[in-house]
Amino acid sequence: MKPETDNLTPSCLKLGIQAITYAGSRDFFHLYLDPPQWGYRPGQFVMIRPEVWSNDPVWPRPFSICEKTKDCLRLFIQVVGRGTALISRLQPSDKLDLWGPLGNGFVYDPDDPLLILAGGMGIAPFMGLCKKHPRPDQVEFLFGHRMDIGCYPFSELPRQIDRKHLRQQTMADIRDFQGILKKRIRDFSGRGRILACGPSPFLKVVREYSLEFGADARISLENKMACGVGACLGCVAGTARGEYVQTCTHGPVFRADEIIL
Amino acid sequence: MDLSVKLGALKLKNPIMTASGTFGYGLEFIPYGRLEELGAIVVKGLSLRPRKGNPMPRIAETACGMLNAIGLQNIGVEKFLREKLPLLPWKETPVVVNLYAQKAEEFGDLAGILGNEPGVGALEVNISCPNVRQGGSQFGQDPEAAARVVEMVKKNAGHKQVIVKLSPNVADIKAIARAVESAGADIISLINTLGGMAVDIRTRKPCLANVFGGLSGPAIKPVALKMVFEVCRAVNIPVIGLGGITSARDVLEFILVGARAVQVGTATFTKPDRAFSLVNELGELVEQLGIDHWENYRGKLTA
Repeated sequence: MKPETDNLTPSCLKLGIQAITYAGSRDFFHLYLDPPQWGYRPGQFVMIRPEVWSNDPVWPRPFSICEKTKDCLRLFIQVVGRGTALISRLQPSDKLDLWGPLGNGFVYDPDDPLLILAGGMGIAPFMGLCKKHPRPDQVEFLFGHRMDIGCYPFSELPRQIDRKHLRQQTMADIRDFQGILKKRIRDFSGRGRILACGPSPFLKVVREYSLEFGADARISLENKMACGVGACLGCVAGTARGEYVQTCTHGPVFRADEIIL
Repeated sequence: MDLSVKLGALKLKNPIMTASGTFGYGLEFIPYGRLEELGAIVVKGLSLRPRKGNPMPRIAETACGMLNAIGLQNIGVEKFLREKLPLLPWKETPVVVNLYAQKAEEFGDLAGILGNEPGVGALEVNISCPNVRQGGSQFGQDPEAAARVVEMVKKNAGHKQVIVKLSPNVADIKAIARAVESAGADIISLINTLGGMAVDIRTRKPCLANVFGGLSGPAIKPVALKMVFEVCRAVNIPVIGLGGITSARDVLEFILVGARAVQVGTATFTKPDRAFSLVNELGELVEQLGIDHWENYRGKLTA
């Protein structure tokens, strides 16, 4: 995608919470924030830290930008630990510090076919991308998930997109899904670009098949981050050249052949 | 009040410095504030050659703090001088280069390279990194070894001020402080991180690949304050205090026990513009308390 004409320079803002809505379970929620004055590229992320945290927890938390409209910035979050549990209990009167947009985001040509492979929470960065894609007929979307589909905003994806979801609850389901991923990547190879985001075992499989079939795949990584701006060196990923690079500033999106998972 | 401070020949427009390892090479923070407004910029520790650093995971969050075991990943001194330093506003804000080496001679070589660089405001000798197998805190735990490193650096550093960053992981920090002062150190900064670890009860593994890491953040502030207080009484050279500083109030606490300047580290992770906003907050708090001159407040603890 060509860079947006909007301002992509990151800034640090104090933002109000508009609403928190739960999706299917208390562990999945959407956080709606006052809209910042910047634009973003899908795949970019923000760091947020509620004001009430004071000295504990110390770190902010990184989240993909799910969607941004003129009215709000939306993050899709799963409770996975102490930080996300505290965020889920914030009230609309609470304020938080937010900095972003951070990272590189997904780069693609809107006129070329796109195969999006998302696993679980890896659906988040693709919501805004799919809703704003000028050629939804060019987009194929395959979504693997463990929890009930109602926990994820899958049904919001535009209907013109060739979208499919598959639930994996057992090891057998996961093996079947791997087979489906292999076939999809093989068949799509050479036709366009693959964009993938999801848990690390999922990305490992996507990377492996993409390399095997020579597919042009971009993979978005997730990592613990203390700063989000390239300073702490705590979120590094190993590259094929044997170096460590920051996931926050060199990524989170990498070419499949560029990194080791 | 005029917030400027003098540390030997090093003049800062205010006492707020960044702490090495928490501020990248400075350039990462351009979107979040004006680097020119900081007292000084202290960059990530540099070695003669680039270092890859430790395997992942490298960081872990703890109560009011964090552990890190980065292992001094850095681009090497040459690349820093070529690609980063020219982009920093070193004429307006001193750029302090933190140095790391495995041998005293290598510290000397680094000082030789940096001693003639007009853009380098001062050198900070890191004899206190707990996360590397050789060098690092080995030098910082033995007064004689620490003194030898300082002598090597001083010999090659030209007119640059030499700051020595001390480790808290020692039996008597005053002895180390006196040893580096006698060896010619111009300034002392302390404390580096405290040794620590964290474990995962489910995976039964340590939270850091390196097993041990360095603890930083508000959790260590009382330890830092005590050591800064002790060292200020033990030496005659200027002292820079650091360890868990997040607010203007914290800054004044360190100055009250005798520090001339402070460094802001982990707080930068909690908000990337923290060091910048502290400059303003400090100015306001100083006015509020009616402090008219640093000389009338620094080290004036009634104890």
